[in-house]
Amino acid sequence: MTEPVLVAENLTQEYVLKGGLFGQDRVVRALTGASFTLEAGKTLAVVGESGCGKSTLARCITMIEEPVSGSFSLDGTLAAPGTHDALRTTVQIVFQDPYGSLNPRQRCGQILEEPLLINRPDLSPDERTRRAREMLDLVGLRPEHYDRYPHMFSGGQRQRIAVGRALMLEPKVLVLDEPVSALDLSIQSQILNLLVDLQERLGLAYLFISHDLSVVKHVADDVIVMYLGRPVEVGSKEEIFAHQRHPYTKALLSATPMADPTLRKERIKLTGELPSPVDIPPGCPFSPRCWKAQDKCRQERPELDATAHAAACHFPE
Amino acid sequence: MALLEVRNLSVDFATTSGTFRAVDGFDLTLEPGDITAVVGESGSGKSVAFLAMMGLLPWTATITSDVMTFDGSDLRGITPKQRRRIIGKDMSMIFQEPMTSLNPCYTVGFQIKEALRIHLGMDRNARQARAVELFEQVGIPAPETRLSAFPHQMSGGMNQRVMIAMAIACKPKLLIADEPTTALDVTIQAQILELLTSLQEETGMALVLITHDMGVVAETADRVSVQYAGQKVEQQAVVPLFNTPHHPYTAALLAALPERATTKHLPTIPGVVPGQFDRPKGCLFSPRCAMATDLCRTTPPPVAGPELGVARCHYPINVPVEQDA
Repeated sequence: MTEPVLVAENLTQEYVLKGGLFGQDRVVRALTGASFTLEAGKTLAVVGESGCGKSTLARCITMIEEPVSGSFSLDGTLAAPGTHDALRTTVQIVFQDPYGSLNPRQRCGQILEEPLLINRPDLSPDERTRRAREMLDLVGLRPEHYDRYPHMFSGGQRQRIAVGRALMLEPKVLVLDEPVSALDLSIQSQILNLLVDLQERLGLAYLFISHDLSVVKHVADDVIVMYLGRPVEVGSKEEIFAHQRHPYTKALLSATPMADPTLRKERIKLTGELPSPVDIPPGCPFSPRCWKAQDKCRQERPELDATAHAAACHFPE
Repeated sequence: MALLEVRNLSVDFATTSGTFRAVDGFDLTLEPGDITAVVGESGSGKSVAFLAMMGLLPWTATITSDVMTFDGSDLRGITPKQRRRIIGKDMSMIFQEPMTSLNPCYTVGFQIKEALRIHLGMDRNARQARAVELFEQVGIPAPETRLSAFPHQMSGGMNQRVMIAMAIACKPKLLIADEPTTALDVTIQAQILELLTSLQEETGMALVLITHDMGVVAETADRVSVQYAGQKVEQQAVVPLFNTPHHPYTAALLAALPERATTKHLPTIPGVVPGQFDRPKGCLFSPRCAMATDLCRTTPPPVAGPELGVARCHYPINVPVEQDA
């Protein structure tokens, strides 16, 4: 078994909402107790609905934000304020919207070279250009694209630039925050193939954040299902898709439309809305929407059980 | 008689760099009670075609068509005043972004009652009663208090329900849902789709679902029309479309679905949708098509018969055997 490149323990992130002059400050618990390990060459998918803490997790792992408690280590080094600068090159991120994440005033080549300019100041300009041109080839763009501006590219090509930029520093972990949700179906498959190829060639570890379960089923090795900032079910892809233990995972899978008209099935209908992360219900956070909830669920908060396919539920299946 | 009949609808936009044809020869016939899905990638003209029928396009657009009738009235030479009597009443539309489609300055109750007042001329009490009834119908809890809420006070799913309530307020004969669930989470999406289909069953209206999500199409629609670069490339009932697509684009689109993948590598469609300046001469899909020949690259393809899903292709695939002989 290989050493994990990313180990996270009990990552927790909170934001304070100012109450204004007369109101009280309120705390948004965006992420609570996220623990996982990620090995080189593997893909860990994080799924959940909006507001479940997926992107907060991405921001913590990429050191854009400091978690309020919990810790994680990258490649054996514990992430602390002192080691952040050194570790930033180990983990890089690709954002969802390739229209918003590229600077419209920079040429494609400049975009690719900027990480080197900042983090490898000893490289000569020629060397930087050489590496940027290599990267263009690696992510499937043509050499003449080097001098073009982002607006001259299509969405799929822009996402290739964003992936290329993230790979310039030769990271070990790539955080992919909804990398294909802004793309059309025919482009989505091109980018997914690119990601699969790059993983094979470079042995990258992916933290793949998505709400699209059919994409997750295709790329992931392991899956974490999150609900209101907490992991509710963790396991291998096969386990999670074959038999779900947590009722939320079950509902999520049954709500996902399948592209097969002969398979029109009875959906599990969840009533109600996602509660606000400002006041998370006491007990199990899913209890107000759960069809199996009992008094125990409304009072006691279930923890993830310590099995390989863990679920945070009092009455798992 | 058909509820909606559109023949050869084309929409051109005047841009600074010349005209751009967003919709090219769009045909559609809808009977009351049909659930039709229109699928296509972004830029395929699926929304623009319906905005043209609603008369919601800006002045830069030139709309031409041979036939465009809705419920007996010709939508082509109609005055804006006459059009306003139809849209929002007999023909209404739900948009993709509920947050930006509702007016943030008015309560949702005011906005829903506005339609009732203008189209149906109800008095104040009748409007209140009908608004409460509509909110109940679309599954908004505590309707009386929610009527005085502003859009920003509610979640995206709730706002989309308000949009639906507003669209069905005057019991339309045709409801056009333009990507109604794209901005929503999957569990909410399931609720909204369920709501739309049950409303359709109750009222017998025709429903057009514009979407890019093949999963949504498979679970909701009866008939599917596939759009590519402004043209309709294929139209079939939902089950045969998924089983035996006749146009190579439909087949490639279905093969690119991650859930149909058998290996780690997905089949892809190379290239991108043609834009304003790189529109091919022959078949619009030919630069990306694996089966394209010289004929495809030079001559626009004919439209096949209904037994071949009216596929716009020189070499339709999955041709029934008896047709071959």
